[in-house]
Amino acid sequence: MSQSSSFVYVTFIRTTPEKLWSALTDPAQMKEYWLGSHMKTEWKKGAAWQLIYPDGRITDTGEILELDPPRRIVLRWRNEFRPELKAEGFALCAIDVEPVDKAVKLTITHSIERSPSKFIEAVSGGWPMILSNLKSLLETGQLVLADRPRPQ
Amino acid sequence: MVPFCEMSDEAVFKALADSSRRRLLDRLHRKNGQTLGELCQGLNMTRQAVAKHLAILRRANLVSWKREGRERLHFINPVPIGQIAERWISKFDDPRLRALSNLKKSLEEPES
Repeated sequence: MSQSSSFVYVTFIRTTPEKLWSALTDPAQMKEYWLGSHMKTEWKKGAAWQLIYPDGRITDTGEILELDPPRRIVLRWRNEFRPELKAEGFALCAIDVEPVDKAVKLTITHSIERSPSKFIEAVSGGWPMILSNLKSLLETGQLVLADRPRPQ
Repeated sequence: MVPFCEMSDEAVFKALADSSRRRLLDRLHRKNGQTLGELCQGLNMTRQAVAKHLAILRRANLVSWKREGRERLHFINPVPIGQIAERWISKFDDPRLRALSNLKKSLEEPES
């Protein structure tokens, strides 16, 4: 415990596991809530993934360790653009999707085998915003104005 | 399992209204992933009182946890606070929300 750093973020979203899974794995949807970034991967166990910043830079990379649609994703995760974070090596990120009542519980568990960890500190700031965006995206209707153009 | 109906702003505000619970969150913010025993250290509260406050924080989704061996580690979960901030702060000036709304609309259309 003292040798690792982690956080566990939870949000409850009024949606279905399938819709949430789609939002988690579809690059177009990801860009909307992930502050313009998206993940590039084949979504297969053992596949490599890259997190691409809006300007095309690769910010993070890793490998898909587990993939169990629409329930669980486990990623090896390393930052690529901040040397002091990259030096810490690979972290693990587990994404769990679980139906609860009429909602879906989304749990993000990010951990690294070192303490303290600058990487965990850095990503712990970003996730709440991303999860909040994701929840809004899938759930709230208040923001929708009738005259707004629809995509597609 | 925490019933979804309690995942409301109301539960978050009620949970945050108590200074002991805010202090527990401060302690988790300083050092994340603590056991009940660790959280009790140096606090002028009984173990039962801390456990009760933690239960309220968990119901409000301000504290998450995971099992590690026989221990339950507690983590601060700032997601509901971000949600509340978004409600009053970012909503008015964030053009991204427009894109989110549109995407939500397109996602939900097949179901309606």
